[in-house]
Amino acid sequence: MQAEAMEHEGPASKRIVTGYGFWIFLLSDIVMFSCFFAAYAVLLGQIAGGPKGSELFDLRSVAAETAFLLLSSFTCGLAMIAADLRDARWYQLGMAVTCLFGLGFLALEFREFADLVGRGAGPTRSAFLTSFFTLVGCHGAHVSAGILWLLTMMAQVFAKGFRADIMRRLLCFALFWHALDIIWVAIFSVVYLIGSAA
Amino acid sequence: MLGKLDWSAIPIDQPIPLVAAAVVLVAILGVLGWALVKGYMPYLWSEWITSVDHKRIGVMYVLLASVMLLRGGSDAIMMRAQQAIAYQSNGYLPPEHFNQIFSAHGTIMIFFVAMPFVIGLMNLVVPLQLGVRDVAFPTLNSVGFWLTATGALLVNVSLVIGEFARTGWLPFPPLSELTYSPGVGVDYYLWSLLISGVGTLVAGINLVTTVLKLRTRGMTYLRMPMFCWTTLASNLLIIAAFPILTATLTMLMLDRYFGFHFFTNEAGGNMMMFMNLIWAWGHPEVYILVLPAFGIFSEVVSTFSSKSLFGYRSMVLATMAICVISFMVWLHHFFTMGAGPEVNAIFGIASMIIAVPTGVKIYNWLFTMYGGKVRFTTPMLWAIGFMVTFMLGGLTGVLLAVPPADFVLHNSLFLVAHFHNVIIGGVLFGAFAGYTYWFPKAFGFRLHEGLGKAAFWFTLVGFYVTFVPLYAAGLLGMTRRMQHYDVAAWRPWMIVAGIGTILLTVAIVFQVLQLAVSIRHRAQLRDTTGDPWDGRSLEWATSSPPPAFNFAISPDVRGEDAYWDMKGHAKQRLLEPKEPEYRDIEMPRNSPTGFVCAFFAAVMGFALIWHIWWMVALGGIGAFATFVVFAWRDHDEYIIPAAEVARIDRANIEERRKLVSLAGSP
Repeated sequence: MQAEAMEHEGPASKRIVTGYGFWIFLLSDIVMFSCFFAAYAVLLGQIAGGPKGSELFDLRSVAAETAFLLLSSFTCGLAMIAADLRDARWYQLGMAVTCLFGLGFLALEFREFADLVGRGAGPTRSAFLTSFFTLVGCHGAHVSAGILWLLTMMAQVFAKGFRADIMRRLLCFALFWHALDIIWVAIFSVVYLIGSAA
Repeated sequence: MLGKLDWSAIPIDQPIPLVAAAVVLVAILGVLGWALVKGYMPYLWSEWITSVDHKRIGVMYVLLASVMLLRGGSDAIMMRAQQAIAYQSNGYLPPEHFNQIFSAHGTIMIFFVAMPFVIGLMNLVVPLQLGVRDVAFPTLNSVGFWLTATGALLVNVSLVIGEFARTGWLPFPPLSELTYSPGVGVDYYLWSLLISGVGTLVAGINLVTTVLKLRTRGMTYLRMPMFCWTTLASNLLIIAAFPILTATLTMLMLDRYFGFHFFTNEAGGNMMMFMNLIWAWGHPEVYILVLPAFGIFSEVVSTFSSKSLFGYRSMVLATMAICVISFMVWLHHFFTMGAGPEVNAIFGIASMIIAVPTGVKIYNWLFTMYGGKVRFTTPMLWAIGFMVTFMLGGLTGVLLAVPPADFVLHNSLFLVAHFHNVIIGGVLFGAFAGYTYWFPKAFGFRLHEGLGKAAFWFTLVGFYVTFVPLYAAGLLGMTRRMQHYDVAAWRPWMIVAGIGTILLTVAIVFQVLQLAVSIRHRAQLRDTTGDPWDGRSLEWATSSPPPAFNFAISPDVRGEDAYWDMKGHAKQRLLEPKEPEYRDIEMPRNSPTGFVCAFFAAVMGFALIWHIWWMVALGGIGAFATFVVFAWRDHDEYIIPAAEVARIDRANIEERRKLVSLAGSP
């Protein structure tokens, strides 16, 4: 018992505390997404006489979106390695490329949404489309917020360098960006693959 | 320019809200003017509004909850008065006003009384019990509090400008859809909860990280005080459940604002999905509220029995079991949905099983008292009153968990009586016990015992006189939310319930009086030792009120009941003092971020309710700018020099030494 007591060494370091707290936030965000996933699963068949998923989804465009997002995660990882090595130039380059991939993803998604609305398949057409636009749009909103954050972090490193508090923020940003990938994999599988089959 | 907002939004034809609002406005202006004239504003701003100290934020949470308790309580009085006189008559409240009152009463009591009260106590106490200097994210903590306050503000604004929801405390569609609720009432509900929900989530993340990652040396999981365990369980539930609420309310918001079809009657919307989602949040919410109360009772019962908690490990297990099972019972809120006997049976059984760990806790408290030196102080009275009252609520709960019985009782006053039985008997009694118990820790003086006991007895008796008649009326078939009724058999019960409300009002008066009298006589009630109750956990190891840094030297924990243990060894150690080596302490700097963020959130929320789109943009940009400015800060900490730490700590040790040499209680 005495030996066990000494195992607990007191408060964790700031880096661990920050990362841990942010993990918990991400978990809560995933819970929120799971509600939209559940809504999509419930409303998938509620097309109200409108178009079905198989008539709407263009899987080639979705594949390109997926490629952009996964590549952006890779370059984000590279930027984090550069940050660990305190290499500002490679860090900024990595973040800039990540940003471009992110913007490319958003552009493709925007085109897809505009196309659907143009064909009379907007979110108000049926409960199915409501849940589709909300779920995918919520992910898109997260990507947009992530890009704003990314630009802020580029500016912060530019202005202040790799300070300890900025490194903690970078850790959180990287976690956030990778989590968006995980959610996208779920969207890809549930929304587009299952949705096309239904 | 001003969206849907015009002069018709102000209910000039209705005297009750206007008079109430005028009184509130005069009170607010009076307090502000008094603070201005006395020159307190700079003090309020720098010591409280911008404070990131967990103790101050905890106090502000409890203050917010107390003020909102008065508001929610006035709603309750109005409803009971209406039902006492509305037999074959329209009473004094028009139906649409009555509907707003019961909706506001439920919303306020759950979201702006019970939640801030328990979160406030957790904020105040948990870092002290864990022996640490602050919560994990102090500035976020302040943001969370002020966002909660924003939600409360919006609910109160609805009293004067526009209207509140008439849909009940949970806005069930399709009634809450634009077609059937075209006014701004549901929008007030949605935005105040969406904004304050963010605050609650932030508090949850903060407290879980604090408990899991910041405990002091030697504070292993199985040495944490029970209140820390229930805080952990409750905040894990917040993290898992509040995103569901946010998602659900967002869906309803999208339906109302953009013509989406999540829950509408037409175009394939599914309103039963709302029930499933809202109760998947709503049932855990019950345990989010009551688990911290269980923790408070554990501390109180153990302290005032002068014994360590009986069956500590079984208590931990029971807490975590409740944490898990609470997510598996939500469907009992709509057994009548038509899910079929199999589904109903499974959820019925799960609902009954959750009574088992709760029973374990009750037995543990009883066994803690058994053979102990029980002191019947005010917090202890609340704890004993709770045990009796909560058991009655638990029994009627098991009754409602039987699907066939629920088919008969589910929308009746029996149900209303049941949940008031557990929420008042559990959460509110717990909140009052914790308030009395930790008040000296927060302010350095005790509350008046006699008035506290008077408040307790009036609450206890008032509670039974009010809610036992509701059980009876429910069994006689009276449904909830009736503006008037024609059944003679219900009438006497409604009149008795009305009398009970008078007793409860007297109890509230005693509570207010207790606070006022205690402040007046604070010199006599002063607690110089920091340990007025002969406590057992670490919060009593520091002075009252604790210094900004809580502990001059981080405590080293050697077993359960850390401070009791220290006191046992203290005689020798305190009488032959060896001064510890004091070091500089780094503390987070005050920040107006929370207040400014909440200001913009309030602007944005108000603009969204009234569709004033330019103001929405203004609020959004302001909030983002605040965030960037905060992120750009270079110095977010300040140093308390070792000499200052030593000066504060020496005074504390001196007082304690007097206590030990005088009493030597352990």
